Order: sequence, then structure tokens, then C-alpha cells
Amino acid sequence: MPEIKVTPLGAGQDVGRSCILVSIGGKNIMLDCGMHMGYNDDRRFPDFSYITQNGRLTDFLDCVIISHFHLDHCGALPYMSEMVGYDGPIYMTHPTKAICPILLEDFRKITVDKKGETNFFTSQMIKDCMKKVIPLNLHQTVQVDDELEIKAYYAGHVLGAAMVHIKVGSESVVYTGDYNMTPDRHLGAAWIDKCRPDILISESTYATTIRDSKRCRERDFLKKVHESIERGGKVLIPVFALGRAQELCILLETFWERMNLKAPIYFSTGLTEKANHYYKLFITWTNQKIRKTFVQRNMFEFKHIKAFDRSYADNPGPMVVFATPGMLHAGQSLQIFKKWAGNEKNMVIMPGYCVQGTIGHKILNGQRKLEMEGRATLDVKLQVEYMSFSAHADAKGIMQLIRMAEPRNMLLVHGEAVKMEFLKGKIEQEFSIDCYMPANGETTTVTTNPSVPVDISLNLLKREMALGGPLPDPKKPRTMHGTLIMKENSLKLVSSEQALKELGLNEHQLRFTCHVQLQDPHSDADTLHRIYTHLKSVLKGYTIQHLPDGTVIVESIVIKVSSSTEDSNTKVLLLSWSYQVQIGPHSTLKKVIVT
Amino acid sequence: MAAHLKKRVYEEFSKVVQIPHEETPAKKLRLSKPSKSAALHIDLCKATNSTDALQYLLQFARKPVEAESVEGVVRILLEHYYKETDNSVRLKIASLLGLLSKTQGFSPDCIVDDAINTLSNEKSHQVLAQLLDTLLVIGTQLPESPALRLRLVEVAYKHLSDTYFGVRNKCLQLLGCLGMVDAPVGKENEGPGTSLGGLRDVQSIISDYFGDQDPRVRTAALKAMLQLHERGMKIHQIIYDQACRLLTDDYEQVRSAAVQMVWVLSQLYPESIVPIPSSNEEIRLVDDAFGKISHMVSDGSWMVRVQAAKTLGSMLQVSPHFLEQTLDKKLMSDLRRKRTAHERAKELFASGEFSSGRKWADDAPKEKLDTNTVNLIASGACGAFVHGLEDEMFEVRIAAVEALCHLARSSPSFAEKCLDFLVDMFNDEIEEVRLQSIHVLREISTHITLREDQLDTVLAVLEDSSRDIREALHELLCYTNVSTKECIQLALLELLKNLNKYPTDRNSVWKCLKFLGSRHPTLVLPLVPELLSTHPYFDTPEPDMDDPAYIAVLVLVFNAAKSCPTMPALFSDHTFRHYAYLRDSLSHLVPPLRLPGRKQVYGLDSVDSGPGSGSVESAQLFLQQSLNRVSTIQNLEASGAQDLLDLTIRDLQRLGELQTELAGAADFCATYLRCQLLLMKALQEKLWNMAVPLCLKQNVTATAAAQQILEETYKLEFLYSGLESRQVATIHHVRLQAKALQLVLTSVHTSHCERFLQDVESFQRLFLTELPHLQDSFVDKLLELMPRLSSCKPVELVKILQTTLRQSGLLQLRLPEQIHRATATIIEPTGESDNPLRFTSGLVVALDIDATLEHVQDPQNTVKVQVLYPDGQSHVIHPKPGDFRKPGPHRHRLITQVYLSHTAWTEPSQIEVRLLLAYSSSSTSLTSPSKLGWSESLESLPAAEAAVEGTIPFSKAVKVFIMPKPARR
Repeated sequence: MPEIKVTPLGAGQDVGRSCILVSIGGKNIMLDCGMHMGYNDDRRFPDFSYITQNGRLTDFLDCVIISHFHLDHCGALPYMSEMVGYDGPIYMTHPTKAICPILLEDFRKITVDKKGETNFFTSQMIKDCMKKVIPLNLHQTVQVDDELEIKAYYAGHVLGAAMVHIKVGSESVVYTGDYNMTPDRHLGAAWIDKCRPDILISESTYATTIRDSKRCRERDFLKKVHESIERGGKVLIPVFALGRAQELCILLETFWERMNLKAPIYFSTGLTEKANHYYKLFITWTNQKIRKTFVQRNMFEFKHIKAFDRSYADNPGPMVVFATPGMLHAGQSLQIFKKWAGNEKNMVIMPGYCVQGTIGHKILNGQRKLEMEGRATLDVKLQVEYMSFSAHADAKGIMQLIRMAEPRNMLLVHGEAVKMEFLKGKIEQEFSIDCYMPANGETTTVTTNPSVPVDISLNLLKREMALGGPLPDPKKPRTMHGTLIMKENSLKLVSSEQALKELGLNEHQLRFTCHVQLQDPHSDADTLHRIYTHLKSVLKGYTIQHLPDGTVIVESIVIKVSSSTEDSNTKVLLLSWSYQVQIGPHSTLKKVIVT
Repeated sequence: MAAHLKKRVYEEFSKVVQIPHEETPAKKLRLSKPSKSAALHIDLCKATNSTDALQYLLQFARKPVEAESVEGVVRILLEHYYKETDNSVRLKIASLLGLLSKTQGFSPDCIVDDAINTLSNEKSHQVLAQLLDTLLVIGTQLPESPALRLRLVEVAYKHLSDTYFGVRNKCLQLLGCLGMVDAPVGKENEGPGTSLGGLRDVQSIISDYFGDQDPRVRTAALKAMLQLHERGMKIHQIIYDQACRLLTDDYEQVRSAAVQMVWVLSQLYPESIVPIPSSNEEIRLVDDAFGKISHMVSDGSWMVRVQAAKTLGSMLQVSPHFLEQTLDKKLMSDLRRKRTAHERAKELFASGEFSSGRKWADDAPKEKLDTNTVNLIASGACGAFVHGLEDEMFEVRIAAVEALCHLARSSPSFAEKCLDFLVDMFNDEIEEVRLQSIHVLREISTHITLREDQLDTVLAVLEDSSRDIREALHELLCYTNVSTKECIQLALLELLKNLNKYPTDRNSVWKCLKFLGSRHPTLVLPLVPELLSTHPYFDTPEPDMDDPAYIAVLVLVFNAAKSCPTMPALFSDHTFRHYAYLRDSLSHLVPPLRLPGRKQVYGLDSVDSGPGSGSVESAQLFLQQSLNRVSTIQNLEASGAQDLLDLTIRDLQRLGELQTELAGAADFCATYLRCQLLLMKALQEKLWNMAVPLCLKQNVTATAAAQQILEETYKLEFLYSGLESRQVATIHHVRLQAKALQLVLTSVHTSHCERFLQDVESFQRLFLTELPHLQDSFVDKLLELMPRLSSCKPVELVKILQTTLRQSGLLQLRLPEQIHRATATIIEPTGESDNPLRFTSGLVVALDIDATLEHVQDPQNTVKVQVLYPDGQSHVIHPKPGDFRKPGPHRHRLITQVYLSHTAWTEPSQIEVRLLLAYSSSSTSLTSPSKLGWSESLESLPAAEAAVEGTIPFSKAVKVFIMPKPARR
């Protein structure tokens, strides 16, 4: 039986460092090649030695597919391709290909230039790596080689995020990457057709969460900002440069437009301008509203949002500032925070999760006095708000995707083990399909039941169709007669005559005969006639013929009568029928005649 | 240069029509009818190959064929069809046959046999499908021929087993359109009613194809079934299970049709009981269907989602228990139950705490959930609307909002529940959705009372920059019930803020406050001292009477005071004075109050507030009596008659002012009588006895009168809606009299006479049915003399006219049921501003115009804006169709901008802006009573009556100060 094997190198019962190996139909595919943000040693990259101890990976992998540009999905890519060594194709969508190198470069700068690490990939390596990338379009089927084909679907998690459908022969796997089933202000919802894959590999970050409607959160957010602005306060929104930041920008921009507000909104520069540029370019990847209105106005060409300058922070009057990084642990956002923390009119809105130890985490937990470097303390008087804008599918969303794709098996990655356990149970209960949740390095094997394609000659098909009654109920299996020829790796179903011809064989007919002795004083012809009339009266609905050459034919059964040599009263009835009758529906007929 | 520039500017920004029109002679066209069939035959014979033939057929198809030659053409086509070997040509012929049988006046039953015969010999599947389509057309053309139907249905049944999906599709369509439930269809050889075994009714045949291998055929089968339903046949309940299975089909069009099918069945058999699979429980069919369709709201295809969401709205019989599930969404976080933001808001409100979640852990999960009870794939209706309202496509969201509206209107408890969700939709990214949800909330607002926090979110939208949204919200607030006095205060505060930010909303805000006040008098009462800033001991400064915000507050208070007699005691002196002022200036917003010690005001008010429904009747009676009195005018002396008319006109005008319901009718009558009066005056001058051309002075007044009557008749005809042809005839009759008068007065010329005679003829043609009512009138007499008139000389004609005019009496006016006068009020600009609008001469300035139009039909085409400059120049501007909104029946709102420009002036001066109603006599339906066939329509047009076009000013002119300055060099 053919098998599909799935081995997570990262993201198995874990969030971060996504990297999954799939071998399907003799092909080996790596899905995502991410890094772990939590570690600074070797554990941050996936363990590529699992694939091969020494030498390059090119021989062992047929292709690498990257689902989106987040570093936990693509961070290890240059390391793998340039330092470990991989020259095969790398697939990602156009936006991912555009934005991914910016993030990698930024990441490299921080690790090498700031933290001073050595033995890390260089800018040149990122460039070389990106040269190996082949871009994908949505719903475009790409042939990696003769047998392996991949197709990307919209995932909605960030700009350019994709789910991939991998197919070899009739076996297939879908990998979701990260996805979002509820649309937001700039991206649409994930969608996949009923492709019925053998395995659906899904993320499960929010396996045990069902989220509230997005609208409430948005409204709350806007209301808080609006109130603060009306009071004349300043609002600081610490964000990471890509993804949520754009969503919040769109949200505020449209709100400003709608409400005719005049207070300035600033966005701290740097990465963001480049990123916004790409958002402008990849309009087709955004949601309905932005796609429809970009002819009049590209939503990412912000009218109210301007570039931030350090000096603006001291300007009087209300303003909103987006600043990086998102957890208030360093950089511009921290500087502005220090400036504004003393005024209770001001407000800081944390739009995402904050890691323990960061200032963001501290203030969210209600700490009102912060210790800064150099023993100084900072009184936090401004309001602290928390708004969660996350772009992962919740438990309902995951179930919805399963319903859309109708997989035969389910495999959960990118989530915590305990939470997965719950979802696994639910999936098995609701859909009655097998669900797996392998840990890192653990291999899951799924046997598939592939259909074997057979060529059938058109004439045979037409003949059988003509035989088999009216057309409806095509889904019922139907038996047909034919000969299966296996020749040079191909299967063919042809009619028996043609098979004989092709193989150069003579046709043999198999007939069954039996003798029945009867006591009958009449002449041979009379007996036959009597049998004929009897059969006619008994077997209604069958064609019964009395031929002049002394035979009676019932359908295809031949009956002959001859007197026995010893006794003219004893008649010998000769019955002869073909092989088809033996197994076919006529056996009842035979029984009647015999009795 | 400036002039040139100005011209260019006009060309680019607005369509400007100078009023004087030059008449261009109309060109007449005559169409000849060539023999179609002959030409086609020749063409087809000429065709050497199939491409040529196809070309000819295509050309032929572009031109219509007359009914009488259709059959000939069909024969030729069929003849060619049998000969033709090429599939595409045969296909085209088949489609032409269908097209031809649609020709009006042609009965296609004669070609049925031929069409059926061709079917049996046809090999190509595509052609077969097309032929079946032709049969379908023929079948639908001949609905009342059961024999033919039966034949066609049998043909369809025979071809159902075809291998090509198109043929099966068409067969199913045929069955759907023509099949009968009661008349069973047999196999061809058996014939109906001969054997029981082969008999199956149309429904089961169609339902067999629900399982076809081709999705297109499955869709066609479902559609055919729906078609049967539409034709009034009862669909069997057995189909329900099959239809439900198709809801999970792989193809969206099948799913979409299946949703409809399930809906139809749920409407037919709402109360029958179906079992729930995998349990032994049973539920009502409508609930089951509702659950299944709710499930489709999270379908993969948005078309299906729209369909499903729309359908949900019309399933009103569903049990409340199921209905409420559609809004259910149990939240959890890390397996712990979480409350939704809605629940939290409600709780906060209930506990009296006034702060919304500013804490991080505000939404922290509470109790731990049992993993077994969490239902992720909600079976049934769970959360359907929660999904629908959050959908990516705005089409789905709108459909969901509408469905919510329908369901909420029939179930108050559901209305209460869906309130939060609707309020959330006010924040949608697409304006259309926001607007729709505001409208929906207004529609269901009779069922609900807004809580303070909900009102807060609703009011936040008041700052929206879109005028439509704000006005919709004002409308909503007019109908809203609120629960506490804080709510009133909040609403007032936000409305004042709105007024401050968008001063143009003034009227809308005032109106809103009027309703808010009259709805919640008891809630306003405790607020009054604060609102009017009165103080127990101190006199507070008198507020500025011109401040729109202060007026807004007063409107709220006065309307509340109407049903709260204790309130006026709280007013200070100046409030009473302001009341008197506002009652006079804004009488539509300020109700009459019973103020203590103010008899005079009270007395005056009672007159206005007095007339109820009874007085309308009495007014009507009075109107009728006046008209009757006028009809006796013949018996009076000339001077007496004139006095009577004068009096009656005055009465009617006053009546129109007093009784708004009858204003249209009264005005109409008054205008008509004025015409009569003018006519009478012109005719009854003593000087008429002299030779006409001699008296010049007489001539002048009479000519003016004639001209005025003509103008008035156009007003009568086009300014009033609800006229019947009887009244139109009367108006035309007066016009004819005026024309006759003109003819008598002006120099006698043959061409004038001819034109007049043509007018008479066209009158006769148009109002043939009305002529019996016009006995003894001017026209009646004229028509009697008609043979003589057409042959006599102009001088003689004038004489006859003169005597007829003088002899003919007044035509009795009969009033139609409903008659309304088109009116327009320009709200903006107000014409009060003393600050001139300054702009550089030669360039343009935009002037915002906001006007309400009442009883105007088709305002997009008829309403124009006229700008009159002090130097006599006038411009007419056509507003864009998009500038008109329709806030209510018979009401339109025009919000537009007109562009002004002029050469430099030395000091500011006023221009006049008014609205015009354009009319054209050819546009009335009466001139072309029925649309004839295309070939004859040009000939049958009454050539005699040249279209008279003109405009009637129907709004008061508003003066605007402008000041074009010379450009700085």
C-alpha cells in the first residue's frame, strides 16, 4: 500500500519554527523553513541533520514551499539553502517573495550587527537564496516535475499568505500554513475548494478558542482612540512593522475619513514605508473593498497617515502615532512612551500579545511604576488599553476549513499539545476521520488507497452503456465484461475480441452439456414439440424457438432430443449452454428445463 | 479671453441650455417593407458553402420579420434545414425558428409538427438541444393547448436519456415549463393512461435527474422543479430528502438551486415532521430546513451564501428556539467559557458601573468548560447570522442584514436579540451596509428600547461624513425608544455636536428632536431646567434666538411639553416669548401648546389644530358646492358671472391654504376658473360687436388674456399629478378656445387657420372617448361645423369662430379623486446671507442647492435649476440623475451643485435661483395612446401636434448674493 509520511522538524506540538517534511508518492517536500524566536542557539533553526548527516540537501528534497513571510515560517531559509546547502526550487507567492528578504535582512541586522553574532547568514546569502525562489500565483497549478504538482490557495493570514495543495498522482496533501477564516479590514478570508486531500495539515494556534466578532473589537478600538483624541490626548500604538500594522492603519484611515477628523496620524518610518509600498502593489491579494475601490483610490495611499519625525512627539495637540516595535521593549515606541507616560490624557493601545519581561507586559498587568535603566523610575499615568487583533483561525474556523476541503485524514501542527488534544477529539467526533498530532521528529504514516487509472476503449464503453438501461444513477457501480491487459506499465480494458486479436490467440468457446433421460413413447419430433409447448407455457417472457433442424432454443440454451439406442421409449434430452449462461441470469431457466 | 474661458468652463462642468430654442424642422422617415421570405430564399440558394449560409442567416436574424410572412420564412428555413449537412447552420436555423415563433401575432402551432419531426432525424446533440429550446419557446407561446403540451412533454421524456448534457438540460426545462402533475407521462409507445406500470408523473421523472452525473443537469433538474412550483403545482414532500442531499453538492450552482428547493418545500410543508438522523427525535420540517439553510451561510461559495442568507429572511414560521440560535456564538478561550463583548456590555450596564473594559483581563475567561459539551460544528442554525454578518463579501452581509430585518419584524424577542449585532454593523467598512443596517434598525425599532450603551454606539455614527448616513440616523432616532433620561441627554448632546460640525443638517436635526421630544415627554421633564439653563434664584441671560443649537433644545422641550402639561411651569419668561416666535416661524416643528394665561395664543392655535378628519370632509363638500355654484353661471348676467367667478376663485385659494389635503384640488380648480374668467372677460367686451381689426386697444388686452390662458393650461396639465383623461380633455379644450381667440385676434392667414384646424382634429382624435362628455361645448359645435370649416376661407372661419366662442358655455369641471400639485422648496441656499459669494470673474463658483420636491413624477428628467443673473441672462442647469434621492413616497430630494460664473461686477448683487419643471406635450402618455409595432409607430405618430416644450417655475426664487471680482493681473 502506498504511504504518505509527515515528519515535523519544527511546529510539531509547538508554535514557532515551522518546518514539516512530507514524503508523498516518492517525492520529498519541505513545507516552510522557519526559525524559533525564543532561542538564540542552535535550537532556533530546524534540525536539518534529520534529513542527512552530511552533505547537501538537494539530493533529498524535491522542493521547498514557503507559506508566508513571517520569520517563524521562512527565517531559516537562507541558512538551509546557503549554509547547509540546497539548490532545488523554492516556491512562494509573489508578495512573500517581495517582503521576505526585507524581513530576513532586518532580522540579520539585529542578530549580527546589534548582538554581534558570528556564523550567521550574510546579505549576499539572502540574495542568493532568493534567486532560487520560483513565485506562485493563486490557483495556479505548477508542475514541479512530471509527477509533482502544487497549487496555492488564499489563506488571509498576512499579505501573500497561501495554503498549498500538493499532489502526486492521485495522492494529495494540503498544507495550510497560518490562515484566517474571518476577513479583516485589509485581507479576505481563507478559501479552498473541495479538493478532498489525503491529509490536511492545519495550524492549530487557537485550537481551544472561539473568538468574538471582529466588529466589537474594532468598534472598541476606534471608540477608545476617538475619545482620547477628543480629549486632546495623544495615542501611542506600538506595532510590528508588517501585517497588523497595515490593518490598523486602514481601520484608522477609513475612520478618520468617515468621521471627518483632523488630528494627525503618524507612522514611524523605516521598514514600514517599504512594506506599505508592497501592500500598494499587491492589491489583488487584499479584501473585496480594497480591491474594488483601488481604481478610485488605493487604500494604502494613506491620506491622513504621515511619516513620523522624532520632533513631532513634543508637538502640542492630539495625535495618533504608530511606532515599532510592538512590545515596547526598545526603539522608537519606547522613547515615545517615556515622553507621554506622564499625562493621563494620553493613551497607549497594545494591539497584540506581549512577551514576559517587556514593558508592554508590565503595563498590561497594571504596573504603574516602571524602573528604567539607571535606577530612574517612570510613573505611568496614561491609560493602557489592550486590543487583540489576531489573524489565526479559531476552533470554529479550523472546523470550517475541514468542512470545505473534506480531507480523509487530519494532521495538526503549530499549536500547543494540550490544545491540540481537544481539537483532535472534536475532529474525530464530528467528521469521523483520523487525526494526528506528531511531535517534532516523530513520523506519521498514512496509508492511502489510490485509485489506479485504467484506459478503456471507447467502443467497449459505448457498447456497455447501450446495454445497461437508462442513464440515471451513474453513481451506482455497474459490472461490465472486458479484458484487462497489463502491458509495459499501463493498464488497458478492452473487449475480449480485441484482446484476443492483440495477443494473437484463438477464441475458444466453452459449452456445458448434460443429458437428461425421459420416458416418453412419442417419436423424437413429437417429444421435442411437447417439450416446446410445455416450456412455452411455463416460461413466459423468454424467447423460445422451435427450429426446423430439430432443436429448441430457449434464449441461448439448445435442446435436442434423440432416442436411446436400446429403448425407443427412453428419450435422451441433450441440453447445451454456454459459459455466459452458466454464470448469468439464465441459470434459473436452466433449472426449469432440467426439472 | 475671459469670455472664452467661461464658455469652456461651462462646457466642462455643466450642461447649460439657453432658453430661446430655435426650431429645427423635423425630418420624416418612411420605412418600406421588402418581402423577407423571398430575399431569404434567394440568399440561401446562393450560398455555396456553410459559412456563407451562416453569414446570410446571421444578417437575416438582425432584422425583424412581420407577422404575416413568418410562416413563409419558416417553411423556407425548414426546407433548407433538411438539405443542410453542416451542424452550425442547422443550429442557427433551429435558433431562428425559436426566434421567429416569438413574433407577435404569429401563432406557432403550425410549425410544431415540423419541429418535432426534425428532432427524430437529428444526430448532432447541439442541434438537438437547440431544437428542444425552440420547442420550449413554442410551448410557452401556446399555453392553452393541453394536447400540444402533452406531446412536447413526451418528446422531452424521450430525449431525456441523451448522452449530451445540453439535451438533458433542455428536456428538463421543457418538463418544468410544460409538465403537469396530474397528467402522467408515459413512454411513447404506451400513451397516457394505457398501462399502469410505465406511468410516472413529471415530478418523479425530474427528481430522478437530481442524481445526474453532470452538475449542469442536476441544476436544470432543480430549476425545472422550481419552475413547476412557480406554475402552481404542489411539489411532493418526498423530494425533501433528495434536495437536502444536494445541499452538499460539489458545485455551487447546484447548491444554490438546492437552497431554493429546500426553502420552497419548507414553505409548502412547514408543519410536517422529519426525523433527525442518528437520533430518534423528530422536528418540524421548517425548523430542519432552517437549520440546513443556516448551515449554508458558511458555504465556500459566496453566491450560495447570499442565496442562503436571503432565504433565511423569509422563513418566518420557524420556531423561536431555532431562530435565536442563529445569533448564538459561544465563546471560549483555552477551553474556558468567555462572555461576548455584548454580554459584558449588558452586564456592565446592569451593575451600574460606568466604565467599559479598560482592564487587560477584562475579558478574562471564566469557568472551565467541559470538553464534551463544546460543540464546534454547530449543528443546525447555530451562529448563522454571526457568520453572515462577518462575511468577507458585502453582498452576503447586506443579505444577512435584510434577513435579520424580516425575521425581527415578525418576532419582537428576536428583534431584541439582534439589536447588538445590527448596531455592530453601523461600523462596517462599506457605506451601503452601514446605511442598510440603519434602515433596518429603524424598521424594527417599534419592538425595541435602546439601552444607554447601545445608544452610545448608535450616536457615534452621527459624526459620519456621509450625509445619507447621518440623515438615516436622524430618521432612526425619530422612531427610537430610549429607556432613561440620560439617554435623552446623550442623544441631545450628540445631535448638538452634529449640528455644530455639519450646520447643513439643521432641519434634519430639528425634526429628529421634535420626534424625540414628543416620544419621551416624561424623560425630558426632569431635564428641562438644565436644558433651558434656568436657575431657581438667578435670572440667567437670555439665549440667542438665532442659535440653531438653542432652537434645537427648544424644539425638544416644546414637543415634550405638548403631552406634559406640568412642563410650561418650568419655563422662564423669555421661553414663552421664544415659543411664540418659533410657533410662528417654524410651525411645522413646534406644536401648539396650552399655555396658562395666554388665551390669545390658545385661541389662535385651536383654529389650526382644530380641523380633524371631519373637517376635511366638510372642506371637500365646500369645494364641490363652489364648483356647482359656478356651473350655474350661464344663467347669470355677464357682470354677475364675473363676480361669482372672482369670489369662487378667492374662496378656493383660501381653502387651499387652510386645508393642506385639498390644496392641490383647490388650486387646480382656482386656476381653471381663472382661465374661464379671463376668457369671459376677453369675450364679453362690448367692442366685439364692431369690426375686429378696428379696435386696437381691445386687441391688446384680449391678446394678453389669450396668451395667459395658454400658459395657465400648460400649468394645469403638467404641474398636477393624478389627472384623469377627462380633466386633460377639459384643459385641452380651454387651450383650444384660447387658440381660437388668438386666431380671431391676429391677422388672418391661411397657414394659421390650417394649424388651428389640425389642432381641432388632433383634439378629436386624442379625446374620442371623452367627446360625449363635452356636449354643447365649443369643440362640440366646432366639430359639427367641421366640414364647412375646412373648406371655407380664413375670413369666414374667423367669423364662425367668433360666434361659436361667444355662444359656447362654460365647461363643468369634475374633480378627480386625488390631485396633487407639484411643489418644490429650496432649503439651501436660504437667501438670508449678507455675505456675498466671492469669486474671480471668468472662473466658476459652486453653489450648493438642497431642495425637496413633492409630487413630481420622474424628477430626473423634468426638474431643472434656473439661475437668473441681474443683467437678465438666465441659465438652465440639468442636475445629474444621481443628485436625486427618494426619502419617501411622492417625495424627492435634490442635493446638487450649480456652477455660477459671470464677468466682473463692481459690487455684489443678487442672482435668483429657482427650480423649473420642464414639460413637453409629446411626452404625455395621451398623445401616443399605445405603443404600436415598431414598423408602424413612426407613421402613427400624430404629426399634426408638434411637441410643445417649455418650463414652469414651481418653486419660490431664492436670492443669492454673489460678487465676481476681476482677475488680478
